[in-house]
Amino acid sequence: MVNLTIDGIAVQAAPGTLLIDAAKQAGIKIPAFCYYEGYSLQAACRMCLVEVEKFPKLQAACTLPVAEGMVVRTEGAPAVKARKTTLEFLLTNHPLDCPVCDPGGECELQDMVFRYGAGESRFTEVKHHVDEKQWSPVVYYDAPRCILCYRCIRVCDEGMGVNALGITNRGAFSEIVPNMGDHLNCDECGACIDICPVGALTSGTYRYQTRPWEMEHTGTICTHCSDGCKTTLGSRNGEIVRGNNRDSSGVNGEFLCIKGRYAFDFVQHEERLQSPLIRRNGKLEEASWAEAINLVAAKFGEAKGNTGVVGSVHTTNEENFYLRKLAMQGLGTPSVDHQRSGDVHTLLDALAGKENALAAVDDLYRAKAVLIVGADLSEQHPLLAFQVRANVRHHQAAVYTVTPGPVREDKTSAKAVRCAEANLLDGVRGLADELKSKGDLTILFGDAIKGQAVRDLVAFGDSLGIAVKYVCLVDYSNSRGAVDMGLVPGEGGLSIPQMLAATDLAALWVVGADPLAGGGLASKGAFVVVQDLFLTETAKRADVVLPSASAYEKSGTVTNGAGEVQRLVKAASVMGAKPDLEIFGLIARAMRIDVGRAQNEAIFEEIRKTVRGYNVPLPVIATGGAARTQPLNGRLGSIPDPSQVRSARDTLFTSGALGRYSKILKQVVEAPGALYEG
Amino acid sequence: MTFSPRLETKLARLLESYPKGRERAALIPMLMYTQDEVGYITKELAQEVAKRCGVTTLQVDEVVGYYTMLRDRKMGRTHLQICTNISCLLVGGEELWKHACSKLGIGHNQVTADGSISLEEVECIGACSWAPAIQTNYDFHHHVTVERLDKIIADLRKVQ
Ligand code: SF4
Ligand code: SF4
Ligand code: SF4
Ligand code: FES
Ligand code: FES
Repeated sequence: MVNLTIDGIAVQAAPGTLLIDAAKQAGIKIPAFCYYEGYSLQAACRMCLVEVEKFPKLQAACTLPVAEGMVVRTEGAPAVKARKTTLEFLLTNHPLDCPVCDPGGECELQDMVFRYGAGESRFTEVKHHVDEKQWSPVVYYDAPRCILCYRCIRVCDEGMGVNALGITNRGAFSEIVPNMGDHLNCDECGACIDICPVGALTSGTYRYQTRPWEMEHTGTICTHCSDGCKTTLGSRNGEIVRGNNRDSSGVNGEFLCIKGRYAFDFVQHEERLQSPLIRRNGKLEEASWAEAINLVAAKFGEAKGNTGVVGSVHTTNEENFYLRKLAMQGLGTPSVDHQRSGDVHTLLDALAGKENALAAVDDLYRAKAVLIVGADLSEQHPLLAFQVRANVRHHQAAVYTVTPGPVREDKTSAKAVRCAEANLLDGVRGLADELKSKGDLTILFGDAIKGQAVRDLVAFGDSLGIAVKYVCLVDYSNSRGAVDMGLVPGEGGLSIPQMLAATDLAALWVVGADPLAGGGLASKGAFVVVQDLFLTETAKRADVVLPSASAYEKSGTVTNGAGEVQRLVKAASVMGAKPDLEIFGLIARAMRIDVGRAQNEAIFEEIRKTVRGYNVPLPVIATGGAARTQPLNGRLGSIPDPSQVRSARDTLFTSGALGRYSKILKQVVEAPGALYEG
Repeated sequence: MTFSPRLETKLARLLESYPKGRERAALIPMLMYTQDEVGYITKELAQEVAKRCGVTTLQVDEVVGYYTMLRDRKMGRTHLQICTNISCLLVGGEELWKHACSKLGIGHNQVTADGSISLEEVECIGACSWAPAIQTNYDFHHHVTVERLDKIIADLRKVQ
């Protein structure tokens, strides 16, 4: 360890540590614009200048490694004067339009000027002005506000692997430019906007909407893909206006893709259902909750065990658990199912008895080697792809892709193998010798690997003689939870295709799913009840439609694809809709069925006691953390038919049924799957 | 995109002069040489150079945007560069500049209607000892006077 003194405090740091990081460890925050943890060094802004004894000039703390006996003063008169001067320069062409600028109140330049002065300028020249530009539905650029810190360029190049931003011209005329000359072709993730210390990059959805201090900020979990990013939703008067994760809480740090950052707009979509609907004379008409619930209760009472129940991959664990119980114990039907998108069951069964064989999101950042089988990670699992890129950048992880077509991960991979979906395992086997030499391995696999193929993959992992962890990739925010809560057919129960094909099914209860989108229902007389946000294809065929609340309008827990349980916190409210759990409770009560209270805490307690691997520490969840489940203590009794496993293969810009109601996702013009080459 | 055989040989030799995997080091000379042949850095040329140097087109654009000697639009057959930086300024660079502007009827980074001459006001071109200095394409002219400038322009016009 290296010993040094910073502002009179004795500090110890590992050799090679940058002075700015060593100071941070000691609780001293050296100002910085261009320095950003996790990205390459730039040394462009000169805000971090500090006095170091025996150095004749001020030194940039962001690039200076610590040395034995170093004595540093971070806030001495020379450093303060230098910073003030730097700020004066930064403001020469800056428009100072803080009163209308989005980050006002959260702006790093404002904070620094506030801290170091430079309120007066000696420059009297006319400011160089450039008009603001729109580069995409999401990204706007206002060059005069830009302080040329290069953060946006680096986050896009290194963090996203997109390389969509560059810089042109020189000196005071320098400007950030998009890859297509006048517009962007990129992931539209908004990371550049998020990381911009000033208001140079602003977002199409949030700009000029509100001030930061007028919002309520709620940390909840993104409801789109299964990666489980924490998104902090800023809402005003109950309406969500912004999503970001600046506090770096959650498994994603600051990362969010376009969906977590912007695609909350479905919440306010004008087609949201706001009142229960009952079919009268062939037409769906608005009805009161009491009327609708009583009708449902009566019909379910008649149908009883002959009811098919389709659960959701977006609803909470509590809701899924309660729905299963209500269906199986209350109605007495074993016909419960949901659309599975990955063969989690077979994986858990094949790994029975092993410890530490399931990878968490964090493991993708730490694994020495990562093998991606049959999945386009950057398209389908943006956070996992981001983690893998960071692992390559920081730890030189070896990445292997075995996919039918080219994927973005190829660019940073040690080897990219192309093989048809049916032969993926052959491609994997060809890598055996190389993989054996790595210290440990994390394997991610998509829906092409199911049934026996999963067992073969695990056998392959075992044969390597190194520690191997797995992630079975699934589609949506609680796809994994739906599996864990047992939304699959019980003894003698029907699967979704069987329910749709059964000619004598008396009732079909669909919660947040759209099984009739692709085809009809064979049982013409079946009484169909749908709980959803929108009038889906299935809802159009329903006899009763109950408007439900989205994940952003309720509390509960969800489990991400890597099996980490996290808490949803209500961020918005929508007129007329009710959380599915509340609807279940109303139906249960109307039917006089007692399967326990329809209340989150009580149900979660039961989940912790009865669901394998869910005995997770409550404080972790209560404080907004991610609790790992480890459901590997034995073989699974029965495994639902693997042939039903099918991923929707969403892209970065689609999100199943929800995506259809996100205007921002629909505005994006990029071709999905772009590799951004050239 | 392919270039003349002579230029192709030159570019091949250029790429060989850097270690494998460091092709990007050849970016600036490659842009210069190819610009000389093509006239200016067209979109197509930028893409071609990007490919050969293993960088993105955007990175080529960054370099082109940074260096004034690399141009993203067509200039005159002769590019006349007049230095108005300190040494030249002190001994008449400014007058040369004004004279050229009025004589040619064009300003900074503009091209005469016949496409023969373009004009650029440049910073120090490293010829301070012989100030005021100007440059026509790659040729330097030292101790330039208004009269000599007139002659140079007349000669340039004669060439065509
Ligand atoms: S939105 Fe994301 S992908 Fe697009 S330029 Fe910004 S950082 Fe790059
Ligand atoms: S746009 Fe923002 S992040 Fe990018 S260089 Fe300018 S100030 Fe920095
Ligand atoms: S990666 Fe997935 S969980 Fe994260 S923001 Fe995007 S859609 Fe949401
Ligand atoms: S933070 Fe050190 S120079 Fe910008
Ligand atoms: S100042 Fe003109 S050549 Fe140096």
